[in-house]
Amino acid sequence: MKKMNDRERTFLLMTIPILILFFLFNTLPLIKGAIYSFTNFKGYGTYNWVGFRNYIDLFQDGRVGRSYWFTFKLALLSTIVVNVISLILALGLNSKIKFKSALRGLYFIPNILGALVVGYIFNYFFTYILPAVIQMMGGEGTSMLASTKWAWVAIMIVCAWQSIAMNTIIYISGLQTVPEDVYEAGSIDGATGWAQFKHLTFPLILPFFSINMVLCMKNFLMVFDQIMALTKGGPAQSTESISYLIYNNGMSGGQFGFQSANAVVFFIMIVVISVAQMTFTSKREEQL
Amino acid sequence: MKEKVNERVNWPITILLIIGLITVAFPLYMTIVIAFKQPSEMTNSISGILSLPKSWSLANFAEAMRVTDFWRSLFNSFLITVITVVISILIHSMIGYAVGRNKAKNKFYNFSYLYIVSGMFVPFAILMMPLVKQTAQMGIDNLVGVILCYVVFYMPMNVLLYSGYLVNIPVALEEAARVDGASTFRTYWSIIFPIMKPMHATVAVLTALGTWNDVMTPLVIMSGSGMNTLPLAQLTFQTQFGTNYNLAFASYLLALLPILIFYIICQKQILNGVVNGAVK
Repeated sequence: MKKMNDRERTFLLMTIPILILFFLFNTLPLIKGAIYSFTNFKGYGTYNWVGFRNYIDLFQDGRVGRSYWFTFKLALLSTIVVNVISLILALGLNSKIKFKSALRGLYFIPNILGALVVGYIFNYFFTYILPAVIQMMGGEGTSMLASTKWAWVAIMIVCAWQSIAMNTIIYISGLQTVPEDVYEAGSIDGATGWAQFKHLTFPLILPFFSINMVLCMKNFLMVFDQIMALTKGGPAQSTESISYLIYNNGMSGGQFGFQSANAVVFFIMIVVISVAQMTFTSKREEQL
Repeated sequence: MKEKVNERVNWPITILLIIGLITVAFPLYMTIVIAFKQPSEMTNSISGILSLPKSWSLANFAEAMRVTDFWRSLFNSFLITVITVVISILIHSMIGYAVGRNKAKNKFYNFSYLYIVSGMFVPFAILMMPLVKQTAQMGIDNLVGVILCYVVFYMPMNVLLYSGYLVNIPVALEEAARVDGASTFRTYWSIIFPIMKPMHATVAVLTALGTWNDVMTPLVIMSGSGMNTLPLAQLTFQTQFGTNYNLAFASYLLALLPILIFYIICQKQILNGVVNGAVK
């Protein structure tokens, strides 16, 4: 009995201090953020309670609305683009090719590089190199980043450049779990090419597909570094992501309270989307 | 047999994949040639920008190191990453073990597990502003604050990984140790901790990649301290680079180099770590 107590005590000592640390730097700021969202705090000085004023304003604020529209458009389209390209790339890298491990290693490089520096490098590419190329081909030589119509595409390309590396590796590990005899059995039944992919390969790597969807969506919804390096939210606030807006207006724009409300709404959305994605994909997996 | 394997090599796909590498190589090539050039070599045409530099002078790098205080930023980045990884491995594995072993039969540990893992849904954007105030009040708006934040931010993922891995370790091992008179902590430290070595590698890779490349946390927390990490320095000195893109690119290349070297040395461990982390 005494030994049991020692065991219980040790486990508690292992858990409680770390739980307190987690509370201090995760839950406490979360609660504080939620409290600030009901005030008109500017980030300094005194503040008053304003009830749900910030939340009401939030839904009528054009700039906030545009940042949600931009972020969701970017996240959704990037997720699709990244997953399609990654899947094709993974199929290629998993087939009987030469220099297999070298190629896999090289294709992964974009993922280890810092997003901010990558953003700066692409910033130069979009500002100077690409317009010159377009001009040479007889087009209009303006920078994509300066156009309200095209800046988000440039951001998507940079996000995709880095994410494809990651998702491809995950798909490859998925493809490696598919046993060879499945294909052999399939080819007897005449499943080759697209039919093979659709009826054999894809259903078998579905768990990896859901991992990639969830990872991608979550990362893109929180996009920040790329915006900072490429457009700083411009031109004409057309590429302000939610994180960037919260950072920019909350930290230095005197909207601490208002942007806290924005952050709370953003948090709830992330939770809802993640939970929905997970229940949806786990249901699909069960069906198979 | 060997010949047969060679015969089956799919050359069209191999060649397509090699051509596709241009998308990876081009931005890096661009960074290297611009970093070595002098501003006078940067004519307006693309060929002027993308041709090889006339001489491979290191002058831009020396200047970039001076302007961005490179060694200091590198040291800070290194310090933050190493300390974060070491603390993460020590305490995340510990709580992962305590929680993982007890969550099936004890409500408190089950709650603790769900509480920590659900932290994964909390975006940094909501913590950012209160954390800035909090770290300033606590007097840790510096490297210490950044490290503590990272240890907490990576806890959900790492606890999930460790307690997931624990399922594969038979409880009988611990019971045998207990019969031999080892205390619970000793059992953990001398038996469980070493067995979790593959998971330590995964946790180290994921935590290190994340902290090394992160900009947002040091940006908001250390902004008043005048300290930089390697990526943060690129942001801080952006105005000083001005239109001297050669200097800027030399600095970017310097910022990318440590992680590239690290990747070349431990490519296998990094790839394994990333896959393990994502799939589990």
